[in-house]
Amino acid sequence: MTKSKADEEDYWNSSKFKAFTFDDEDDELIRLKESRQAVNSIQRLVEEDDDEDDVEKVSWSGEPVGSISWSVKETAASNQRTDREPAFPKIPTDTPSLSKSQSGYSLSSLFKGETGGRNFQSFTDTLSDSSIRLYAPELRKPKSEYKDYVSDWSPEETIQRLQQGKTAPLEKFRSLQDKLLLLDFAVSAHDGNVITAVLIYLKRTLSKEVLFRELESRQTALRHFIHYLTETKDQRLLLELLSLLVIHSYLFTVDFYFFTAKDSAHVQDHYTLLERQIIIEATDRQAERGGKVEIFQKFPRRASILNMPLITTLYYCCFYHYSEPEGTYSSPLNIRQAFKISEKQYFVTALAARAKLKAWLDVDALFTSRNWLGFTRKKSPLSFQRVVDVLQKNSAPTQVLQDYVGLVEDPDMRISLAQKHKCHDIVINTYRDMKDRQQLLGYRGKVGRGSAEERKIDELLNNQQIRWKN
Amino acid sequence: MAAHLSYGRVNLNILREAARKELREFLDKCAGSKAIVWDEYLTGPFGLIAQYSLLKEHEVEKMFTLKSGRLPSADVKNIIFFVRPRLELMDIIAENVFRCVYVSCYQTPHCKLVKECYLENDQTSLYHTAKGLMTLQALYGTIPQIYGKGDCARHVANMMLRMKREFAGTQNQILPVFDTLLLLDRNVDLLTPLATQLTYEGLIDEIYGINNGYVKLPPEKFAQKKQGEASKDLPTEPKKLQLNSAEELYAEIRDKNFNAVGAALSKKAKIISAAFEERHNAKTVGEIKQFVSQLPHMQAARSSLANHTSIAELIKDITTSEAFFDNLTVEQEFMTGVDTDKVNTYIEDCIAQKDPLIKILRLVCMQSVCNNGLKQKVLDYYKREILQTYGYEHILTLNNLEKGGLLKPQTSSRNNYPTIRKTLKLWMEDANEQNPNDISYVYSGYAPLSIRLTQVLARPGWRSIEEVLKMLPGPHFEERQQLPSGLHKKRQQGENRTTLVFFLGGVTYAEIAALRFLSQMEDSGMEYIIATTKLVNGTTWIKSLMDRPESQTP
Repeated sequence: MTKSKADEEDYWNSSKFKAFTFDDEDDELIRLKESRQAVNSIQRLVEEDDDEDDVEKVSWSGEPVGSISWSVKETAASNQRTDREPAFPKIPTDTPSLSKSQSGYSLSSLFKGETGGRNFQSFTDTLSDSSIRLYAPELRKPKSEYKDYVSDWSPEETIQRLQQGKTAPLEKFRSLQDKLLLLDFAVSAHDGNVITAVLIYLKRTLSKEVLFRELESRQTALRHFIHYLTETKDQRLLLELLSLLVIHSYLFTVDFYFFTAKDSAHVQDHYTLLERQIIIEATDRQAERGGKVEIFQKFPRRASILNMPLITTLYYCCFYHYSEPEGTYSSPLNIRQAFKISEKQYFVTALAARAKLKAWLDVDALFTSRNWLGFTRKKSPLSFQRVVDVLQKNSAPTQVLQDYVGLVEDPDMRISLAQKHKCHDIVINTYRDMKDRQQLLGYRGKVGRGSAEERKIDELLNNQQIRWKN
Repeated sequence: MAAHLSYGRVNLNILREAARKELREFLDKCAGSKAIVWDEYLTGPFGLIAQYSLLKEHEVEKMFTLKSGRLPSADVKNIIFFVRPRLELMDIIAENVFRCVYVSCYQTPHCKLVKECYLENDQTSLYHTAKGLMTLQALYGTIPQIYGKGDCARHVANMMLRMKREFAGTQNQILPVFDTLLLLDRNVDLLTPLATQLTYEGLIDEIYGINNGYVKLPPEKFAQKKQGEASKDLPTEPKKLQLNSAEELYAEIRDKNFNAVGAALSKKAKIISAAFEERHNAKTVGEIKQFVSQLPHMQAARSSLANHTSIAELIKDITTSEAFFDNLTVEQEFMTGVDTDKVNTYIEDCIAQKDPLIKILRLVCMQSVCNNGLKQKVLDYYKREILQTYGYEHILTLNNLEKGGLLKPQTSSRNNYPTIRKTLKLWMEDANEQNPNDISYVYSGYAPLSIRLTQVLARPGWRSIEEVLKMLPGPHFEERQQLPSGLHKKRQQGENRTTLVFFLGGVTYAEIAALRFLSQMEDSGMEYIIATTKLVNGTTWIKSLMDRPESQTP
């Protein structure tokens, strides 16, 4: 954050933002250290007794032994093992044996699609009934259950049964009117599962045109249906439905992205970017293989540029294609213009790329601008602290760093940066400007014995014309 | 195993035992040997109520994970699929089962309410919430008073009342444990989950993530070295720790502001050291015997102290970093209404440095919420920067965030947030982190809006904040349910009332800590039990609103 000096003073002095600071920061650290010391000392005491008992048993996967997650992994593993070795089938002694005469309900019969002796329907019926009844004595048999088992339920009753987890055949509703009643009751019941179940039935028994037409006027059902098609990845039908909705100006989609009209600019940019990336990728891969373009040999590409974000693409082009004329697809300036990249973003990206390549002249050129009188001056949309940070991360030599440290406005910040990067001249000059004799004296010890810097300091200290403030 | 659930006013073990019994009876429906095919997502939550030993007792011999392709062969009589009700999972099951079988899904209450409800407009989750509450009332008695705020709250209450009507005729004779139910929509308070939590448990969740009561930590600090042995290679597997109130030390420090944890640990260390020193004082056989009998407890305490000292050190490294401080400062600026209408320089810089996208999203959403929507220019700027830096595919996420009300353009209405903040005293200048006197300690100054509403409801009541309530989204309401005569509670002198607070759409550990604080406050007269569809923090919450989060770089 860059704040002007006055702001910063206010900021630090005001009590407004205590912002989770440690009032006595050293105290906190001391307390944690006390705790750590106590732990260590006690550990030594009980080392002899200390065995694994009080440590929770955890398997290699990190799961506590005995937990379900652990046992799932274990039985899966053991199953693999038994698969490999031939073994006689083990019949568990405490469970009834699986003789074929008793029930055709074995796993293998399921897989082979043989008819089992049991009726699946009734089995699952009992399951679903009991799961509700168990711990909700209030939810005992509702009035509707006392009707005949013969299925003559109305659409409304059918929906109620489905809501309660009971089975109720939908197939008996053949007329369009009945089917729509089913759907409307399902929607008003607010039960997504039931709505989906009805939609599945309607999808199977209605023509597309009729279904789509009816859904268009039922917003909730439409949303559920889109969700269902998305989840089951029924892309063709989804596309057809959405095309219809597009025609009716509801929304438009591109590759199953949902956008509103105002996002169209971003979508367009996305496509434009992809087009460019394809071209750049193809060209560069050729050039790299050809072995003649130097930069690709020195810095081989680590990944394809396809599907990378825009700024990453810009960085790539600033790295590999910096000096290209503005007319090419891969020219950074061209990209900047085509996508209306902000000055700051462009600057940061170009700076990072050129610094990585240690192209210090290019870095310098970024800052320099000629005004109409032909004079040059350095300006930066980025604070110079940030610039120094980026340069330092890319191992810029001190002479380069120096130039930019010197441009930091705030003297205290400038000094701390300069000291950090051993830009002695800057420190010296700043102390001189601040007329701070004490600090200058103190700094003398930090420069090399007999160095030019030392001599400079001595010169300044002996200079009678300077009106030191201390 | 879960004895700690029995303490406290409401015996939560009843609920746990009910679930275990239901599971047992469900398993017994299929006589004979069984194999269970698990949706991996469920093994964690199920682990909260049952261990493998219980399943084995009911003839579960094999367990597999549900995935595409054929199941490995198993010589069992029954196969049971435990899955979430997800369409894509049904297809995988169908691959293995040729017949059209209605698979009974054992409904778990865990649901992605926010995404489904607010984005996909799927109210199934609400229906299950209502059903869950009916089950709760069956176990703990009818709740006489229901308060709520929010659209989902209204729907759930309506469903509850309707369900009660449908089964009229049977009276619930259980003496009511809860006096009040408070239903709160998450979108009544969008700000709180976005802010970085500052309680001990909250920070563990923010940084490492707590799942089903477990946290996975970097193992280096937890390696145990024994004297005399060559030090083993450092473990590479993360260290998994269980975190719950059964652990005495954790129960003490979990809800504290992190700045107060060091002192608590140090104090504990002194107590434990002193206890171990007692061995010098034990002279008689009786005294020695007594000391030895205490040893296991002391060793457990030492081990607990060691773990939490390590965790605290890990967290400290992060909270003392410049990045953490800068981030928190900006959060607090937004919360106090500073410069919420301009592009924020810190956010800009973070985007330029390509900080994790979730961090950016949390901050811009917070700015939007505190400003009641961003100026179109500002919103467009952020959107463009984000899409250009992180990729255009994130437009889906941005749209989802807009739909959820988190990152939206300013409409013509004015920003009510300052009024809400002042009336409800959401920002407390002198929040005391060490010895808190107000719930704002959980965020070192910011009182969670949701908890303030809960606090005001108890005293002096929502009538006093009618105007502010109208500024928050969704209706607010009160309903009463008839109790059978004779069941009306006669309150003893000084006995607390109990409120069940149900968060629809997720709750953070910091909010839970704040509610526990309210319960413990002297003469509050109220005890709070918390229920939620999900535990969240800013990161998991935003992730749940992202589209196809696996395919995106965070």
